[in-house]
Amino acid sequence: MKRRASSSGSGTANGGVLEAGWVTYVVILLVTLVSVFPLYYTIVMASHTNAEMAASRPPILPNMSVVDNVKKALELAPLNRGLINSVIVAGSLALGTVALSTLAGFAFAKLRFRGSNILLAICVATMMVPLQMGVIPLYMLMARLGLAGHLTAVILPGLCTAFGVFFMRQYVASAVPDELIEAAYMDGARPIRVFWSVVVPAVRPAMAVLGMLTFLMAWNDFFWPIIVLSSQNPTVQVSFQSLATGYAPQQSIVMAGTLYGTVPVLIVFAVLGRQIVGGIMQGAVKG
Amino acid sequence: MTVLSQPDVQSGEAALRPPAPRRTRGIRPGSRIAYVYVLPFFLVFAAFSIYPWVATAWVSLHDTRLSTYDQSSWIGLANYRNLFTNDFFWNAFRNTITIGIISTVPQLCMALGIAHLLNYRLRGRTFFRVAILMPYATSLAAATVIFAELFDPNLGLINWGLHVVHLPTVDWQGSRWPSQIAVSAIVTWRWTGYNALIYLAGMQAIDTDLYEAAAMDGAGRWAQFRHVTLPGLRPTILFTIVVSTIGAAQLFGEPLLYHNGLPDGGTQNQYQTLGLLMYQQGWTNDRLGLASATAWTMFLIIVVAVCANLWIARRRGRREGRRASIVAAVPEVTVR
Repeated sequence: MKRRASSSGSGTANGGVLEAGWVTYVVILLVTLVSVFPLYYTIVMASHTNAEMAASRPPILPNMSVVDNVKKALELAPLNRGLINSVIVAGSLALGTVALSTLAGFAFAKLRFRGSNILLAICVATMMVPLQMGVIPLYMLMARLGLAGHLTAVILPGLCTAFGVFFMRQYVASAVPDELIEAAYMDGARPIRVFWSVVVPAVRPAMAVLGMLTFLMAWNDFFWPIIVLSSQNPTVQVSFQSLATGYAPQQSIVMAGTLYGTVPVLIVFAVLGRQIVGGIMQGAVKG
Repeated sequence: MTVLSQPDVQSGEAALRPPAPRRTRGIRPGSRIAYVYVLPFFLVFAAFSIYPWVATAWVSLHDTRLSTYDQSSWIGLANYRNLFTNDFFWNAFRNTITIGIISTVPQLCMALGIAHLLNYRLRGRTFFRVAILMPYATSLAAATVIFAELFDPNLGLINWGLHVVHLPTVDWQGSRWPSQIAVSAIVTWRWTGYNALIYLAGMQAIDTDLYEAAAMDGAGRWAQFRHVTLPGLRPTILFTIVVSTIGAAQLFGEPLLYHNGLPDGGTQNQYQTLGLLMYQQGWTNDRLGLASATAWTMFLIIVVAVCANLWIARRRGRREGRRASIVAAVPEVTVR
């Protein structure tokens, strides 16, 4: 697989070193197909009854009964409520995480203070802690605060991601020259002013990327929402759960509901795909 | 610096007073104002992460129920004793390891190969990159519901495909290995493209001169891959292995939804993971103490697994005169 390139050429930085041969294209196309096909086939599954799916030659094309099945799915699980809630949760988390992470990232990158290395190390080490470690006391805490079942209970704990702080620290360190900050201080600016008018404009691209990645992670989050939210006030992921556990008479209804809840984020992803790919390649870590 | 005894705000102002004599280091003014910047983060962090982690350890030493959370009684290490003599725990432990291996080893190998191909000069580069990242954008809940249908013994496309090529159909739900493979397939589908992009980023950071030098020494493509690409990627590979290990150890949503949202991991618990067992103990059986003990055990397992990864990497690195550590690996991936 490694030596199929047809001709060699001197490399360019982002175009790769060697021209791709046809075998490379075939393999890449296959990988693309495997990546996208299950999503396409969801539309097919959403438009056919169990009997049609069990036929000796299963269907390969969708049809209009998918619309009907979406309607039935909406009666079975509160998907619209879930979508709105997911927008609220993922949107607030994206904004909040970007704000907190940029502040802390700036401090770690450009301010010298006692304990900064230890604090940063703690930050990184916490990536090892499994989600399961905190959920029981966290649930009790939320219950005591009267927040169990509320979206706030999902938003608050998600606001601090070690990944976000680390991501912003690295970007601030490389994108904001010390001279720029020093010049601002010479003009008599305070740190908060420096942060606002020097650092923030310089790191805006990284903030956008972090915002998109956080939105995606928050949108797809499953473990904590399913514990703290009820099926009456779910995020869209939680409503998938009630769709799958409910007794839908046909698999097509479950598929139609899943499709309905998934398509919005996939459209956004397709539009912003280039930026998200760029962000991940700049340095992304599993949530 | 000189204002350590004053309250934060004042120290900040004092530190800001422009051209202070120590301005040689002075672009980092004030040793205390910085705390104000990291404070919001660490406040949230302390309240919603550190406190729950410590409290979980406390709960794990008690007999705790949801309804009587505040009056739970101290039972020492009984939960842990109970756990380690429990067949369900060891079953979940084994499943977590086997699913972990099946879902990450082929995944990372494929990601490496795909990254290598994407690193050629390719027409439609952005399209391919976005397309192979579509599974990552699909939520695990949606992906699992979809794959559960594809793997359905009677209606699923996969058994139909096996039937068409005259292979025996497989019970992807009931039998142990097939069901674990199916769960692993979901994980693999969602994460392969993502890891391929991480590897690709690592490959693009490798100096092209190294390839030219290797080519001049007569190294073929395969030799170049082995002696230039792989060593250059080592920190990135280590990083993805560590992250995948952590992810695999807490696998939860896929096996839950693969059995229609039931936490038993199949009728014979054939794909119940530790994350799922913990959920079942806590939320189905109302044994919060036992579940907390499972959670802490999971954390210790992750620490051991990550340390083992780092230890192996370091030994290999030393043998080849190279240093490898996660501290070196993290910036390598995140800096770019």
